[in-house]
Amino acid sequence: MTSPVPAGPRIGLFATCLMDSFRPSVGFAAVKLLEDAGCTVEVPAAQTCCGQPALNSGDFATTRRLAKQVIETFAGFDYVVGPSGSCMATIKNDYPQLFADDPQWREKAEDLSRRSFELLSFLTDVLKVDRVKARFEGTVTYHDSCSGLRELGVKAQPRKLLATVEGLKLSEMQDAETCCGFGGTFCVKYPDISEKMASDKVANIEASGAGTLLGGDLGCLMNIAGRMKRLGKPVRVFHAAEVLAGMADGPGLAEPEVR
Amino acid sequence: MQVLSPQFKPRATLALKDASLQAALGKARGGFVDKRAAAAAELPEFEQLREEAKAIKEHTLDHLDFYLERFEERVKAQGGQVHWARNAEDAQRIVLEICRKANAKTVTKGKSMVSEEVGINEVLEQEGIEVIETDLGEYIIQLAKEPPSHIIAPAVHKTKAQVSELFHAHHSKLGLTKVLTEVADLVNEARQVLRGKFFRADVGITGGNFLVAETGSSIIVTNEGNGDLTQTLARVHIVTSGIERVVPTLDDATTFLRLLARSATGQETETYTTVSSGPRRPGDPDGPEEYHVVLVDNGRSKMLAGRFREMLRCIRCGACMNHCPVYGAIGGHAYGWVYPGPMGSVLTPLFVGLDAAYDLPNACTLNGRCQSVCPVKIPLPDLLRELRHMQHEAKLSPWYQRAALAAWGFVASRPRLYHALTGLAVRALGWLGRGRGRFGYLPLASAWTKGRDLPAPQGKTFQEAWRERRGKSS
Ligand code: SF4
Repeated sequence: MTSPVPAGPRIGLFATCLMDSFRPSVGFAAVKLLEDAGCTVEVPAAQTCCGQPALNSGDFATTRRLAKQVIETFAGFDYVVGPSGSCMATIKNDYPQLFADDPQWREKAEDLSRRSFELLSFLTDVLKVDRVKARFEGTVTYHDSCSGLRELGVKAQPRKLLATVEGLKLSEMQDAETCCGFGGTFCVKYPDISEKMASDKVANIEASGAGTLLGGDLGCLMNIAGRMKRLGKPVRVFHAAEVLAGMADGPGLAEPEVR
Repeated sequence: MQVLSPQFKPRATLALKDASLQAALGKARGGFVDKRAAAAAELPEFEQLREEAKAIKEHTLDHLDFYLERFEERVKAQGGQVHWARNAEDAQRIVLEICRKANAKTVTKGKSMVSEEVGINEVLEQEGIEVIETDLGEYIIQLAKEPPSHIIAPAVHKTKAQVSELFHAHHSKLGLTKVLTEVADLVNEARQVLRGKFFRADVGITGGNFLVAETGSSIIVTNEGNGDLTQTLARVHIVTSGIERVVPTLDDATTFLRLLARSATGQETETYTTVSSGPRRPGDPDGPEEYHVVLVDNGRSKMLAGRFREMLRCIRCGACMNHCPVYGAIGGHAYGWVYPGPMGSVLTPLFVGLDAAYDLPNACTLNGRCQSVCPVKIPLPDLLRELRHMQHEAKLSPWYQRAALAAWGFVASRPRLYHALTGLAVRALGWLGRGRGRFGYLPLASAWTKGRDLPAPQGKTFQEAWRERRGKSS
């Protein structure tokens, strides 16, 4: 149903592996936000994962193989946008470094890097979106995921957009910038330490008094939601894009389907 | 020092269950973080200072031989002596010989991480020399017979109650039998005990926060003044320091001093900053008769030539561990050697081996907070990842992890296969988890489900759902 004459920038949506498998609704929310801002969005089928599990396990050869796949798949798009600071930081910051000794691929990686953005900051910083049309009744708190925050400078952008959501109140938690203990494979390699970090995060979320937790990275959100449910906490969890797109009316993460 | 890093996992688990350790850590964490943030915010040029400090270190490392030789020359010109220790054994031997020559019975020590690194205390004690740590934290852990758990707050893992018990047990025989509960009283009692030792000391050993090439001086900073007493009251003063601690000029040193206190404890400056340049000169009111500097290499020159060179910028401020959520969860002892936290996770494998310290670079979420507060901007996460890379290349990771990674890599490089498989898995899991929306247990994902539920997928992959809604066109 894309219009034959594309208007606005042509976006390749980076469908992160966790979003693709666990929460497609975040993908649809991302598409809606981008299309509302006048973009044409495509979802290349040849993508799988940015390669971070290999990168962070020190397997640089596999990472390079996957990076080349991403670079080729997303050649030709004006922008590559994904609903994750972590994946987009890998593409933006790590890919060029991976090809430090390979000038040809390095150039391609740098080209991709220049075109790649995390969704929420792309909306505000590149597309200059300053408000959304959405409603969400309730108090939310926001977890700043580490890669987005420290590698891409995502901090004010989601808050700026969330402030325009009707009915939404933001109550900041303490230590919003402290890691939740996800860390990709870290959470299964060191589950005890990860659990402690997640518990600390849950305690801060609870203390904020918010009924809903929002964030920009599914990995962290799954980790926190999982710990929260295990501890029997009622706080709901959504990706910020779902709220901004007005698509947070279904079940939150780790909630049963409403029937 | 014994290397316990191979037991990282069980030790971390124990630490998580240790209620008094958790209480001590919880108390320390917020304090350091808030104080550093406030101190950094108050100094408009703080960020610029970090750049300057990094540049000074890089310049010095580029010309390390020159500055070290210049430092040696200046020390000698002032009547001091410089000793070069290639490794830990060298350093032990050099210090021991100086102490023997001085006929030392009692040695006082200011806090020095290098002396922990090369294991000075053990060697001196074997020789029958009484060694007294004079930094309060070091003194506490010396009584407790424990290694430091933090590089600037070695006893940060101890609660007040534990210290009180420890003092009571050790000081009673000195006639100090009251059980103390107030911090101020505990500090005073330690002072009282230590004061006698300072006057008896034959040799005082300190570290060197900075060595100044221009003036041949060593600089130490303390909050208790114990460093001053250690180095001025003993007949012989020995500075033990890593070769990377040299800076070109006094001016350069001040750049670091401004950063060090703020990064470490959030103070504008430490209470005592002591510059020593050589032994006592005629007319000096005090000072040691002999002044020695032991310059320790112990693997540093090898680092200088390799991919971990940036680690040599480290000024041992401790900010990285203060801001590390993993350190905050398990404390310093789990790391199993001298240096804990992010900087320790880089250094320890380089000192004790990639295998023995396998877990250290891996037990990190790569959240980057350490790098964001490091006063000399060391890219700690990148260095940790580089270590993982070396471990991967050396096939040190567990076989099942390598197998899983290889299988995943195989599938992820074949998009059609990948989507077919994830499509199936997601459908199955989505259907199974539909009722509750989550899994409390899942075979193959038990490491995840051990402490948290796994959110159930929504039933279809995004790729599948997208193509159904939008057709094959895009
Ligand atoms: S690595 Fe940086 S933050 Fe950590 S102790 Fe060294 S200088 Fe301080």
